[in-house]
Amino acid sequence: MFVRIADGEGKRVVVLIDDAPFEGRQGDSVATVLLLAGKVGCRRSFVSGEPRGPYCMMGVCFECLVRVDGIDGLQACMIPIRPKMRIETSIARA
Amino acid sequence: MNLHGCDFAVIGGGLVGATIARGLASGGLRVVVLDDGDIALRASRGNFALVWVQGKGSDMPRYAEWTRQSVSLWREFCTEIAAETGLDVSYEQPGGFHLALSEEELEYLRATRHVGPQPEGTAYPPCEIMSASEIRSHLPHVGAEVVGGSYCPLDGHVNALRLFRAVHQAMIVRGVDYRPNSRVTEIGFDGVFRLSLEGAGAIMADKLLLAAGLDNARLAPMVGLAAPVRSQRGQILVTEKTLPFLNFPIATVRQTDEGSVLIGDSQEEVGPGEAVATGIASVMASRAMRMFPSIAGLKIVRWWDCARVLSPDGYPIYDHSRSHPGAFLATCHSGVTLAAAHAKLLTPAILNGGLPEQFAAFSSRRFNVCAHS
Repeated sequence: MFVRIADGEGKRVVVLIDDAPFEGRQGDSVATVLLLAGKVGCRRSFVSGEPRGPYCMMGVCFECLVRVDGIDGLQACMIPIRPKMRIETSIARA
Repeated sequence: MNLHGCDFAVIGGGLVGATIARGLASGGLRVVVLDDGDIALRASRGNFALVWVQGKGSDMPRYAEWTRQSVSLWREFCTEIAAETGLDVSYEQPGGFHLALSEEELEYLRATRHVGPQPEGTAYPPCEIMSASEIRSHLPHVGAEVVGGSYCPLDGHVNALRLFRAVHQAMIVRGVDYRPNSRVTEIGFDGVFRLSLEGAGAIMADKLLLAAGLDNARLAPMVGLAAPVRSQRGQILVTEKTLPFLNFPIATVRQTDEGSVLIGDSQEEVGPGEAVATGIASVMASRAMRMFPSIAGLKIVRWWDCARVLSPDGYPIYDHSRSHPGAFLATCHSGVTLAAAHAKLLTPAILNGGLPEQFAAFSSRRFNVCAHS
């Protein structure tokens, strides 16, 4: 499980991950809240069907693709969370 | 054997150098690979990963033959590499297509492919021209603008980055001493080669292979050889991964074993340092979408250019120095396709001490101008 190193001052930001509310901090990326929410796998490989999730955390590996506010295929690690953001993984849908 | 060096020094740790170094080490020799660092213009990391014979060597039958020899050895080569490293490079040989988007392009394919039964002893691979409907029966996702194409059953593709990694790992497994960031500045020779390294030191070697790609142009004259190679830019676009839909590699579009679509095969006569503009990439993307309209919805996630290593006629150079016996040179722009031939045909020749007659056509002496009286 992923745990915050320091759970300090950051302002609370509530997003929806697969329809469930989750409280992150201002400045978190979508990938950060996915990992904190235990959604380590957020999609499945098109070829093998294996789960895939945030890996490089810096925009390079394209493993953490999710749907954000209705737009498919976005890199979770590159998007800061906003209040009421709707994050949808495809692990169950696939 | 000299005391303070190695039996064989290979300059260049790309696909060509690493493949040959692996083979040299299996002969029990102490092999050192002197490689550049991460800034190297590394064709091995930028290529399109086809293992391809179609259209190769149209004006040099010996090259067409060499390419076919390599392809016939490729399965065995990658099986060996897998056994040594546990890495499967995903070699597939379903046959490959060139697709024509106009009658002119189809006419070009008809004129340049050697279609139908070939005369005895010919070097050219079997190839057939297909109509649009024949193409569609093999490639159901093909677009309406495709008027036909050519197909060769010997063509295939691999995962080239994994191949590069696997060949490196195999050479290490076989005991090669791999030294990155070791740029050779000077080569001395008094029966033994003395390679001066940038920054510090030198290394002695009984024998030497220059496999440094574009840098062979600088190194070859140090051992009485010539490698008049130039850099030609190729660009590649890579899409996000998607469901497998393309079961055959096309010369300019292929889907990798991991689901990405690669769009490639541009050729620009510009140096490696020059800025990349979007013009060529737009044409590549547009042509690929006309061939396979369903890819239009995919995102491009990577776009790179790489420097092809081209000789004046585009064909490989393999040489053994007359003035510096024991100094060999190998350079080509199809290091993936030719990897098996390099491992199984060229390396044994080098281990035997020289390049026999069948390599004569690949000597750089073919570029010399001869005066006839």
